[in-house]
This record gives sequence, C-alpha cells and structure tokens, in this order.
Amino acid sequence: MVQSLGRLKESASQTAGPYVHIGLSPNFAEIAGVYDADLGISMVNDKTRGERITVTGQVIDGSGTPLKDAMVEVWQADADGLYNSPAEMRGSADANFSGWGRSPTNMQDGEFRFETIKPGRVPFRDGRLMAPHISFWIVARGINLGLSTRMYFADEEAANAEDPVLARIEHRVRVPTLLAPRDGNGYRFDIHLQGDKETVFFDI
Amino acid sequence: MSSGALSNSKPETGSFFQRDLGWHPPAFTPEYKTSVLRSPQKALISLDNTLSELTGPVFGHNILGEKDNDLIHNFAQPGESAIGPRIIVYGRVLDERGRGVDGALLEFWQANAGGRYRHKKEGYIAPLDPNFGGCGRTITDEEGNYSLRTILPGPYPWPNRVNDWRPAHIHFSIFGHGFAQRLITQMYFEGDPLIWKCPIVDTIPGREAIEGLVAALDMEATLPMDARAYKFDIVLRGRRSTMFENRLEGN
Ligand SMILES: [Fe+2]
Repeated sequence: MVQSLGRLKESASQTAGPYVHIGLSPNFAEIAGVYDADLGISMVNDKTRGERITVTGQVIDGSGTPLKDAMVEVWQADADGLYNSPAEMRGSADANFSGWGRSPTNMQDGEFRFETIKPGRVPFRDGRLMAPHISFWIVARGINLGLSTRMYFADEEAANAEDPVLARIEHRVRVPTLLAPRDGNGYRFDIHLQGDKETVFFDI
Repeated sequence: MSSGALSNSKPETGSFFQRDLGWHPPAFTPEYKTSVLRSPQKALISLDNTLSELTGPVFGHNILGEKDNDLIHNFAQPGESAIGPRIIVYGRVLDERGRGVDGALLEFWQANAGGRYRHKKEGYIAPLDPNFGGCGRTITDEEGNYSLRTILPGPYPWPNRVNDWRPAHIHFSIFGHGFAQRLITQMYFEGDPLIWKCPIVDTIPGREAIEGLVAALDMEATLPMDARAYKFDIVLRGRRSTMFENRLEGN
C-alpha cells in the first residue's frame, strides 16, 4: 500500500434542463421580484474603456434549429488584456468592466446578445500573445456537460494567424467556426453543436 | 460584482486538474433523447489552462438579498409561505483537494411540491403554488459553507419515453474561482427510488458518481417541529499549486 492522495472527485455534471432560465435569469423567465436584476445582463457602464461592440448569435442543433432554452455565458479581458479577477496578477483591470456576461437565448429566435467591449490581447502560457478572444460556456437541455469554446474576431487577421490556441487546431478547415464576422459594431457568433459547421469545443 | 479576493489568502493561479470526462456523462446519450441532436460529434480540443480559463469573476455578498436563499419566502406574499415539506439543504463547496471554496456563487432552481415549474413552457397538470417562485442563490463563506431553505420538490413526468419521471431534485449552478470550474449539476434525495429509473441520472456512467449527487438526510441538523435537513457537498475541480510551474507570463 501507499499513502492516499486524499483527492475528491468532481461532482458529476447534469444537464441544465429545460428551465435553466428560472434559475439563472428569473426576471427574463417572468419570475419577478426575487432579484432586482438578472446577473450578467450588464457588462459595461458609461466609463468602461475600450471599443463598444455587440456580440450576437444562436446556438444551433444538428437539425439546424436554434435552441430557445439555452444559456450562454462569456468571460473576457478588458481593453488592455487584463481580467477582472483575483487570479489576475499582472495588474488591475478596468473597474468599470466586469468581464463576465450571461444571456439566455430568447424564445422568439433563440438569439443571445452581449453588449461589451473588444478585449485586449492576453498572454498564452509561454508569454506569446493570444489574439483577442471571448470565452464562451453553453448549457441547455440535452447538453450533459457545459460546452466551452472561444470566439475570435474575424477582422483580427494578423493576431489570429499567430494565436497559439488556434494553431492547435489540427483540421484547419474548422478554424473559421471560431471566427466571428464583423458587421458595423456587431460581431456574429453562431454556435453549431453538430454537422459540417460544428463549432470547435475545448476540453479546458 | 467586486474585485479582490474575499479572504486574506493569496489568490491561487495554478492550472485546474484535468477534468475526468469518463466520470461525467458523455455528450451523446440516446436514452436521453434531447442529447441526440445537441451533442458535439467531433473530439474536443484539449487546452492546458491559460489565463482565460484560470481567472473568473468574483461575486460579492453585497449582491445578495436577505431572502435569496429562502425559497419558502422569497416569492411569497407577505405573511405567506410556500406549500410543501419544509427542508434545509446545507453543505460545503470543496475542490478536489478537499479545500473549501470561499466566495462560490450557488444558484438553484426547482419544481414546487407538486412537481410543477413556474415556466411558460411547462405543461404538467399539477398546479402552481402562488407563493413559490422556484429560484434562489447564495455565496459560500470563508470555509466554503452554504445553506438554503426550501420545500421538497415533487417528482414530475417529462417527455422522453412515454412514462419517464424525474426523481425529486434541485438544480445547482456553481461558480468557483476560475471559469474552467464552472459547473451545473442536480441534487437528489436519499432514498428516492426514481433516482435509479431516470434516463438523465443514467447519463452518468458510474454508480459512485451518481451517489455523489444524492444528499443525505441529516437528523442531527434537522430543526425539530420545523424542517428536515439534507447535507449536499459539491466538489469543483482542484488546481495545481504553483510550485515549480512554468511562469504564465513567461518573463
Ligand atoms: Fe428539473
């Protein structure tokens, strides 16, 4: 026998189910009066530094149908590439930018929406700069373990070309699934759960 | 939301332990029919944590209202309370090293005592309880402790096979210290025979992992003549200590 490492096992994931909006966006789900406002609906204020952008998209299943019962969360650095987090040791992030957002996909067309700013570049593990990106986490009925992916900006061609995470994707034909095209101040990021256009998901 | 750690301890910056994907349910579980068209079919791309995964937002206790963790009262009219067996759920949020996770945001939602959710799309014939909303939240203390008060949710039928019933359960969403720790799961109740007949529970491959989601009745913590207590600990991914680890900044 040897000494025990004394580790615990992570609690097993279970689907968020059809009523995740009750728990995570109750005002959106028309359960009024429990919380003043749903968490994560606002990432910026008047003083937030950086270029204002809107990120919209749908989460689309293997039949091409958008999910209307999904919940999407995003996490990103501020305009200088700093995270508003205690584990950020490189400096203090913009206090007027939370970096975190949460959006239900709506009941009309299944669209999620974030009003945010374009993030700065953050170093990879070895110090090389990653291209600007937004981390996504997607849960819904029928998704047994939350899905992790990243949105990159299609108009950041030079930065994307040297991004060490995008470089890790062996099948280059899949890289565009992570690149959000720009239209005015908006970026469109559709997430395909299956099929030819299946989004690259990460085991983080 | 506020910045800065809740405790005086130095924030941890090590990578999270690799997730044991054989312990969690796989994406494609045809017995749970909705997963069939919603499960990615290509391999996940493995990514050792960068700052984007190691960091995460902090939720200050200042976001909480007085009744946020009391589902018996947080939607009820003044002087009223939700109908159903009164229970307390308490426990700790730990990481895989057994350390308490302070400042973890827990959000929970559930059906009422009849098994009915307060939701537009909900079609079960059991009635709504006018004094029950079905959602709540709390934040763990410095040792990772949390508690909530609610009513025992009812089991309910759901459209999968023609006669599938969910065991009584409470949905939990947990926010630890890093975005890579993000987790949603469900809590079940000791002794519920429906646990072992449920296609959603059964997406979890191993019995031990399922038993880790079953809260234990705790008669010692039960409040006499008031509310039974169930203990439910939640485990998030652990993280490496930073000794001898390559410096993330690379400078
Ligand atoms: Fe449920």
